Amino acid sequence: MDIHEYQAKELLSKFGVPIPRGGLAYSPEQATYRASELGGTVVVKAQIHSGARGKAGGIKVCRNEKEIEDAAEALLGRKLVTHQTGPSGKLVSRLYIEEATNIDKEIYLGFVMDRASERIMVVASAAGGMDIEEISQKQPDTIIRVSVDPAVGMQQFQAREIAFGLGVDPEIVNKLIPAIMGCYRAFRDLDAMMVEINPLVITKEKQVVALDAKMSFDENALFRRPHISELRDKSQEDPRETYANDRGLSYVGLDGDIGCIVNGAGLAMATLDMIKLAGGEPANFLDIGGGASPERTAKSFKAVLRDKNVKAILVNVFAGINRCDWVAKGVVDAVKELKITMPIVVRLEGTNVDEGKRIIQTSGLTVISADTLAEAAKKAVEAAKKAA
Amino acid sequence: MAIFINEKTPILIQGFTGRIGTFHAQEMIDYGSNVVGGVTPGKGGTSHLGRPVFNTVKGAVDETRAEASIVFVPPPFAADAIMEAADAGIKYCVCITDGIPAQDMIRVKRYMRRYKKEGRMILTGPNCAGTISPGKAMLGIMPGHIYLPGRIGIVGRSGTLGYEAAAQLKSLGLGVSTSVGIGGDPINGSSHRDVLEHFENDPETDAVLMIGEIGGPQEAEAGLWSKEHGKKPLIAYVAGLSAPKGRRMGHAGAIVSAFGESAAEKVEILKGCGVTIAPTPSEMGATVAQVISKLKKVA
Repeated sequence: MDIHEYQAKELLSKFGVPIPRGGLAYSPEQATYRASELGGTVVVKAQIHSGARGKAGGIKVCRNEKEIEDAAEALLGRKLVTHQTGPSGKLVSRLYIEEATNIDKEIYLGFVMDRASERIMVVASAAGGMDIEEISQKQPDTIIRVSVDPAVGMQQFQAREIAFGLGVDPEIVNKLIPAIMGCYRAFRDLDAMMVEINPLVITKEKQVVALDAKMSFDENALFRRPHISELRDKSQEDPRETYANDRGLSYVGLDGDIGCIVNGAGLAMATLDMIKLAGGEPANFLDIGGGASPERTAKSFKAVLRDKNVKAILVNVFAGINRCDWVAKGVVDAVKELKITMPIVVRLEGTNVDEGKRIIQTSGLTVISADTLAEAAKKAVEAAKKAA
Repeated sequence: MAIFINEKTPILIQGFTGRIGTFHAQEMIDYGSNVVGGVTPGKGGTSHLGRPVFNTVKGAVDETRAEASIVFVPPPFAADAIMEAADAGIKYCVCITDGIPAQDMIRVKRYMRRYKKEGRMILTGPNCAGTISPGKAMLGIMPGHIYLPGRIGIVGRSGTLGYEAAAQLKSLGLGVSTSVGIGGDPINGSSHRDVLEHFENDPETDAVLMIGEIGGPQEAEAGLWSKEHGKKPLIAYVAGLSAPKGRRMGHAGAIVSAFGESAAEKVEILKGCGVTIAPTPSEMGATVAQVISKLKKVA
């Protein structure tokens, strides 16, 4: 789960990470008021769940009230498109007004869950400001990596090694250490999956501040982090995904026209692959989960149909714990209840498959049956092309 | 032989008396697994499904000499249950639980390192369908009847995609020595490579089908290991060709966040290691069959 920059900064500052002064604004009036509280030049920053906001015009330096008002008006209610948001962009409904910083040096500081070492890994570079992919391409020698032993946690000397490795003045080292340790403690204590300060700035006044902050959290740990769950901003999500996820379905929206309902994440990914290989484009990933009850099946149809691009639906269920007859009944009920007229291809396999197929065939519905994954994908692609 | 479990392996169920534990314990018993008891703290001394219930894993191991366990404990308590099994001397543990926090799994892995490698418990999962040695024993939640006993090893992240593979093999008359689910989480007990090593040493396994997916370094690592040390043919399929970067596809670990983690990149790496790639998910069985028939010709 991602959160906004201002939320990440608020969390991190509680762990001793220095941040510039700033405040939140929902309107141009609030923006100018916040700026008057801060005084001097301010930066108006669009709050969306994406990096590269600056390049997309989402971050504006303002010297007077007029500029602040103009910036706020231009940004609020607009969809900002960055290379991370996709072409539809993300809605700006909050602005963060922050005091301007005199930048002397920019540092990259990131904390990730490293899957190879199965530890929290700190990644730092003196070439801050660029994203980490760019740094690893252009200046790989500047990257410092330190991994943290989970038994004892991060030690002071490790933060010191990073700080000296960045080549900063000794007086700055002592200010960097609490920032690095603070980020680590926030990562550990809040069950983060990623903390990124880019840039961490050394100011001309020889201070250290986190100029930007990104945090992402482990969804599996939200049960014990209710104050983090609270930070979720649904306006930043694909509305199709919000709808499905709020109903306990694992759904990812894609750009194609074949809606997919599958049980199991791996089989769902494989089904999308098969559609692609058959020359079609999937509209979504959807894992119906272990207990594919008639209710869950109906919910899945509703979620898939909220995407208006969908021209055909492919249901692929390999029944293990659940039973094909049960799933078949769910499909028949859903098609009748929702009065679905678009082509539906159903492929059932596993427990009680014959009974499942019989229910589909005798339902009187024009559901297209398929025996194998390949056949199902081929038929769904044909149906979607015909309907287009 | 098979790996990890056979018809004799004495099995404990952790989270025995819960709804899910009860259902799957019964399925395992019906399949012929040697379930010797279970653990539910607070219900020790009672009996469930005709087997004794214990308060602690240690107590259960002392009494039943159990060697394997399967964890159905809910996510907040699952990491603790795995460590309890490791401490009680369980040799092989499957964790089915989906939704364990990544930092809990980091703690589990670190904890297990306190035991010497030879005596250390082997963990597969979490967030997996378990392990089955067809015709011998089932330690999982899979439909046992779709697996034909035979000589192909399967290791995979996904449950249902593993079923798909087993069904394809069965329809071609090919059976499975053992199928091992390593689960869809970013931090898991055993990697693809760990399981490959076991198959390599199993005289009853001729070839291995590895079913991978996007995210993480484990498929590539397994490919490199196989190139260096593997004598048995390795066939692989990697799911998630159409997964956009940075999006989590259901499994907590199925996310492309770095170079080399996409399906296409993994396939390239595996090809470079001499691994035979199943071109589509509906050809996993057929690709294995081709490799096997070549093996026979050479023999």
